[in-house]
Amino acid sequence: MTIALHNISKVVAGQTHIKPTSVVFETGHFNVLLGETGAGKTSLIKLMAGLDPMATGTIEIDGQDVTKLTTQKRNISLVHQFFVNYPHMTVFDNIASPLKVAGMAKSEIQGRVEEAADILQLRPMLHRRPHELSGGQQQRTALARAIAKESRAVFLDEPLANLDYKLREELREQLPELFAGRGAVVVYATSEPEEALLLGGATALMDDGNVVQFGPTAEIYRRPQTLMAAKVFSDPPINVAKVTKQGSTLTMGQSASWDAAKMNDAPDGTYHIAVRPHHVTPMPTPANTVALNGKVLVTELSGSESSAHFAMPDADWVSLAHGVHPYQVGEDHPFYLDPSACLLFAEDGQIVAGGGA
Amino acid sequence: MKTQNQKAWFFVLPVLLLVAFNALIPMMTVVNYSVQETFGNNIFFWEGVRWFEELLNSDRFHAALGRQFLFTGIILAIEIPLGIAIALAMPRSGPWVPVCLVLMALPMLIPWNVVGAMWNIFALPDIGLLGYFMNTTLGIDYDMTQNPFAAWATIITMDVWHWTSLVVLLSYAGLVSIPDAYYQAAKIDGASSWSVFRYIQLPKMKQVLTIAILLRFMDSFNIYTEVFVMTGGGPGNSTTFLSIDLVKIALGQFDLGPAAAMSLIYFAITLLVSWLFYTLMTKDDAK
Repeated sequence: MTIALHNISKVVAGQTHIKPTSVVFETGHFNVLLGETGAGKTSLIKLMAGLDPMATGTIEIDGQDVTKLTTQKRNISLVHQFFVNYPHMTVFDNIASPLKVAGMAKSEIQGRVEEAADILQLRPMLHRRPHELSGGQQQRTALARAIAKESRAVFLDEPLANLDYKLREELREQLPELFAGRGAVVVYATSEPEEALLLGGATALMDDGNVVQFGPTAEIYRRPQTLMAAKVFSDPPINVAKVTKQGSTLTMGQSASWDAAKMNDAPDGTYHIAVRPHHVTPMPTPANTVALNGKVLVTELSGSESSAHFAMPDADWVSLAHGVHPYQVGEDHPFYLDPSACLLFAEDGQIVAGGGA
Repeated sequence: MKTQNQKAWFFVLPVLLLVAFNALIPMMTVVNYSVQETFGNNIFFWEGVRWFEELLNSDRFHAALGRQFLFTGIILAIEIPLGIAIALAMPRSGPWVPVCLVLMALPMLIPWNVVGAMWNIFALPDIGLLGYFMNTTLGIDYDMTQNPFAAWATIITMDVWHWTSLVVLLSYAGLVSIPDAYYQAAKIDGASSWSVFRYIQLPKMKQVLTIAILLRFMDSFNIYTEVFVMTGGGPGNSTTFLSIDLVKIALGQFDLGPAAAMSLIYFAITLLVSWLFYTLMTKDDAK
């Protein structure tokens, strides 16, 4: 089963919210929409769900053109960021509501609801009202409704964003299992790069109403096609600096210069390099060989990892390393860059070299 | 030993005084009149429950009570569905929202006696716009002062015009408080607009509708000013509602005892119906 978007766009009062987008989402794995708040993830989902009108383009679900179909007739499910359940109905009735609307027989409804409730561990809560449930249970009810409906497409719009840390991890682990083998195309919107990596499958990177890159998640992470894509898919933010290339030498202003024989294909000139924070370490290693001198601005310790924001003459960067490092804020500290991990982008933002190319 | 802090009474005292002056004392005065026969020069004779007995057995009271319930029933049956329908039809956002809200609020801002006078003139058969249109253009014999049916129809139309807005505004407030997500969820479930109304909008409006019905019940059950100005209870006694009848007894005949007894029964009925209705409507929520 597939959802195919052909050139769809959204324009509200002369402003373009979604630029013409063509993507094919497939079943069998999670399709992640990754982008910051305001990148257009929810807008794109609403277009696919038929909740907002499209300016241009067509949508096909499983080969059927649904562009003109209303939301009611598209046979889809949607789980929101905040928990949407009908407050005056019990959990059972909430899960059953799309089935009742579809006029399904009572015995069949009973079976489907109980199956979904078992998967999401809601059995004991079936006769409660939503306000008597915890946030996690409320969201599980919404998920159960999506599962019981057995629709062709399931849209999950940051479904874990309003849950606490522990529940989020727990539910995130369960999610791929929940929808595995059900045949539905699952589209999952998130603003966290980590979630995209954990859920795997395919990722569509979104920025400013644009799908800037789409493909298998790992591939996109390793080789973003544009500087913008690299920025979207990195948390903490990817380190960027201007460099000049002359022969096989890359020079970052007064901060550093190193040999980049691997990038010899690229002509001489000015470029942007981007390198993920964990490729910049406070200790030299066999890979991390290029020394950078920085002044430590801010440090953060998160138990197993230490991060440091440091200033160089040409750019402010972030280093992320395993273990606890004794940084002194305000003091100079050497950092070591792994030159093979650098991505090289032309001045227009297109990738030139790096990322295992 | 348990120590008791009597100071707490001082904090309750202002409210007690306020309630005493605006409810208890006037009410006790009425209770006082209701058990006595009153003559001039402050001469009183004890009558016990005689006025209550007489009133409860009087055909005149039964007729007025019947008219009152009929009137209230009719206007509730019209105003509540009509109010909900108008609220549903109003725009949820955009430049027309304030225009609609102000238009809706206008009738409610007009003083009651002015409303009565307006409709009185409006309905005059010779020079009133409505009266002239009905009699001359449509050829229907329409005269509020002669025809009981015309009087009822006019008073009901007047009340619908005057007070449907209240139901509209309350329902509208209930409707706009429903997050878009519920409508979206319903669409995704495949719900028709009837199921959206039945399972999302109506339950969300339940509380404001309870208030709307209560307010409209109490107001229409106590209607006086407009009817007094428009028909004075006529033609005959056809629009003599409880309050009109009460004023006739109290000020027209100056029968203070029976009037006081009637006030208390009138009050008890209003209170009882309101309480019953409210208890029934909020029974589910208390669980």
